[in-house]
Amino acid sequence: MTNAETMESTTTNTPQHDVVIECDIRELYYGNFKAVRDTYVPIHKGAITAFIGPSGCGKSTVLRCLNRMNDLVRGFRFEGRVNFLGRDIYDPAIDPVAIRRHIGMVFQQPNPFSMSIFNNVAFGLKLNRFKGNKEERVEMALRGAALWDEVKDKLHKSGLSLSGGQQQRLCIARAIATEPEVLLMDEPCSALDPIATRKVEELMLELKEKYTIAIVTHNLQQAQRVADKTGFLYVDTTEGSRTGYLVEFGDSDRLFEAPQEKYTQDYIRGEFS
Amino acid sequence: MSISQPPTSGQRTANKAFRLSTFAFAWLSVALVVYIVCMITWEAIPAFREHGLGFITGTTWDANTGEYGILPEIWGTLYSSLLALLIGTVFGVSVAIFLTEGFLSGGVFALLKAVHLQYHPLWGRLPEQLEHLLKNLVELLAAIPSVVYGLWGIFVVIPMIRPVANYLHEALGWFPAFGTPLSGPGLLPASLVLAIMILPTIAAISRDALNAVPNKLREAAYGMAATRWEAILYVILPTSATGLFGAVVLAFGRALGETMALAMLVGNANVISVSLFSPANTLAALLANNFPEAGQKEVGVLMYAALVLLAITLIVNIIGAAILQRASKNLEEVR
Amino acid sequence: MSANIHPSAPSTPTPDTRHLEKSLRNKQSLFSFAMSAVVGILTLLALVPLFSVVLMLFYRGGKSLSFALFYELPPGPMQEGGGFGNAILGTVIMVGIAAAIAVPMGVLAALFLAETAPDSRLAKTVRFCGKVLTGFPSILAGVFAYGAVVLLTGGFSAVAGGVALSILMLPTVMLTAEEALRMVPRKMKEAAIGMGATDFQCVWMVLLPTSLPGILTGVMLAVARAAGETAPLLFTALFSNYWISAGGNVELMQPTASLAVLIYNFSGVPFQNQVELAWAAALVLVLLVLTANLIGQAISRRRID
Ligand SMILES: Nc1ncnc2c1ncn2[C@@H]1O[C@H](COP(=O)(O)OP(=O)(O)OP(=O)(O)O)[C@@H](O)[C@H]1O
Ligand SMILES: [Mg+2]
Repeated sequence: MTNAETMESTTTNTPQHDVVIECDIRELYYGNFKAVRDTYVPIHKGAITAFIGPSGCGKSTVLRCLNRMNDLVRGFRFEGRVNFLGRDIYDPAIDPVAIRRHIGMVFQQPNPFSMSIFNNVAFGLKLNRFKGNKEERVEMALRGAALWDEVKDKLHKSGLSLSGGQQQRLCIARAIATEPEVLLMDEPCSALDPIATRKVEELMLELKEKYTIAIVTHNLQQAQRVADKTGFLYVDTTEGSRTGYLVEFGDSDRLFEAPQEKYTQDYIRGEFS
Repeated sequence: MSISQPPTSGQRTANKAFRLSTFAFAWLSVALVVYIVCMITWEAIPAFREHGLGFITGTTWDANTGEYGILPEIWGTLYSSLLALLIGTVFGVSVAIFLTEGFLSGGVFALLKAVHLQYHPLWGRLPEQLEHLLKNLVELLAAIPSVVYGLWGIFVVIPMIRPVANYLHEALGWFPAFGTPLSGPGLLPASLVLAIMILPTIAAISRDALNAVPNKLREAAYGMAATRWEAILYVILPTSATGLFGAVVLAFGRALGETMALAMLVGNANVISVSLFSPANTLAALLANNFPEAGQKEVGVLMYAALVLLAITLIVNIIGAAILQRASKNLEEVR
Repeated sequence: MSANIHPSAPSTPTPDTRHLEKSLRNKQSLFSFAMSAVVGILTLLALVPLFSVVLMLFYRGGKSLSFALFYELPPGPMQEGGGFGNAILGTVIMVGIAAAIAVPMGVLAALFLAETAPDSRLAKTVRFCGKVLTGFPSILAGVFAYGAVVLLTGGFSAVAGGVALSILMLPTVMLTAEEALRMVPRKMKEAAIGMGATDFQCVWMVLLPTSLPGILTGVMLAVARAAGETAPLLFTALFSNYWISAGGNVELMQPTASLAVLIYNFSGVPFQNQVELAWAAALVLVLLVLTANLIGQAISRRRID
């Protein structure tokens, strides 16, 4: 039922080749714990896709699936497929490091390295053995993250000397410096105040011109403001365990105006009233 | 009548006595350190008056002529300690990385997974258990008394490396470090054993330093598409560099003061040589060998030598502790 | 727009995805693999000495191990048989003397650090002194005891050896005891104080019993270290070929044998029998030290449960 619904929205609105990542999770385990099941999400090129849902329903888990960050968790096991450029990234022949070069990530907590602002942004360039003009690249990335004006005079100060909001934008700059195709953001604004949140949101809207973005958020207004597509995940407690699954996926306008599933209606109504 | 009563005078006295005695013993432990330093200095003063700073640059030690100098011992102490430090650091930091970055547990898990036992109630605990075992084994290295290492060095290490050393001397004798043959005891066997003895110190403190690197930095590195070693070399090691450096400095302090392994393995020869295979002497070994039979005159000179050793190790240890303090402050910032 | 940094696939229907595949021809993967191998090998190599030492101890020490070793006196050169009964006794007595000095002093100083005035200037100085003593070369403890006891009393003795060892035990006892005392939950202390206990009653009836396992762990670790120390005994207790007691009463002011010094003395001689004895003594010493260590760890594990 969920799948049928999502299929419909993808086929009617956009041609299939516009999908950059096609994520189809049938079952996902941490050790013996089944964390997510039956979740099909297409990530569209040049759009912002948001994941919403109650805490612990597996939003971060789904997002981290998309660039194989979950490989770092011992005991992680996955049944299903995640297609990137038409290729299953969980194919044993695929190098997860190569995948992460194309699908970057920004985390919930700002996590700059304890090096200078410049070196933080240039980190990905170093990893990619970038031979060109680093200064230009770093400036571009910092401008892209709307941070350039604030830090251009202190590029050689430690990245840790910045405020929380600045640190988060530094992390975004770090992620976009290598121009990945897709940017995954896990609650990028949860550690920020409303003004910094605004800035990051505006930034996302700018970035989507060049990048495909998938974001997890607890803030429904935020999803409504920035996301083109939204997926709602929910925890299924009927089987005795807490397994998350995708309840509904579609254009944000439609999902927030007229949710079709009861769980979605309850959740959205509860949040807004 | 109520059971509650104000404290009796006996209780009050006991309390006062208790507070006073903790206070006294706290002072006593400070006084002890001061006393140790003062006593060694005091005993060294006559010899210092007689020999002055020339003692430190002199190269002979002859009780008959009354000529004393400890330059060869200072050279031997620094040479053997630095060599041991080099070897011990390479191995100790490797062990620390191996333990903290999940190589062992990850590898064992992958093996178990291949035979589908990774969640078995017994086998499934193997990765953590092996990691724990390895950590304990490395700590066990520190529990073995140094005199036992000395014994082992005499009967195992020296016979083992002698053919290799002598071959190197014959083939590459023009190279200063291989300039002499290894006739038995010498700098290389002493440094090798010394390296084993400081390895647990380096491994334990480095492990703490690496463990203190917050996981979110690891995630950030992997999220930027770093390979495991790019994450280690570009992010984890630089972030923990101060702590690692503190570990190395503290281990250096240990190596400088280590006595038995050197007294038994270094050869106790009053020579200055750059050859790895030459016998040498160290300050601590000098004290160990000459104190038991020292006449009154020689005791004064030995006290002077002890003072030099005390000064060197004290400085190195205080620097090491200061670096570690700085390291923990730095990491607080990252968190 | 500037060129992409990595070779990115064009958005044709079937993009080329070979660059996403694993390959050891990829320099970074190869490097990562090689480094992992190097670290693994180095770690294994680091454990070789441990196994070699243990093997040799059991092979050479176990060979000559016999019951007589534990009550006979050390043999002279060229002599057959003999044992190290006096050395075991000497080690036990000197470690006992050291503990008798270091434990009360360390625990009381720790009480000062944890209870009486944790944040005072004096407490900071005491902690600093503890750290200095932790890194203090053991030979210098011997030098100190030589100056403070041997020169004063006019001869080598078990007491001088015990004093030297106590300096090495003190920091371990003090710092672990402080930690153990600090681990006692605040609410326990507050409960006692709230019932009108004096500081001393609180410490004696609540704090010390609760933190006893932790304190004992520190004591056992210190004992294990002291038992294996050689350098501080070389010219404080010296060595002796005879029993420490003469005709029933223990002579603490005489040169005293110890296992560690026996190993040192017999390791450098050309007499086969004495060398074998050194190995047997080494085995006994290591077993002694490991037992003390294990007891210490067992106590601290019980505390966690
Ligand atoms: N590394 C892990 N190991 C084991 N279980 C995990 C791990 N990470 C997440 N889980 C479990 O998976 C489930 C989903 O977690 P996840 O972090 O994806 O939730 P979330 O939707 O992001 O929640 P939140 O909104 O609080 O961030 C939770 O029950 C969690 O306990
Ligand atoms: Mg989350």
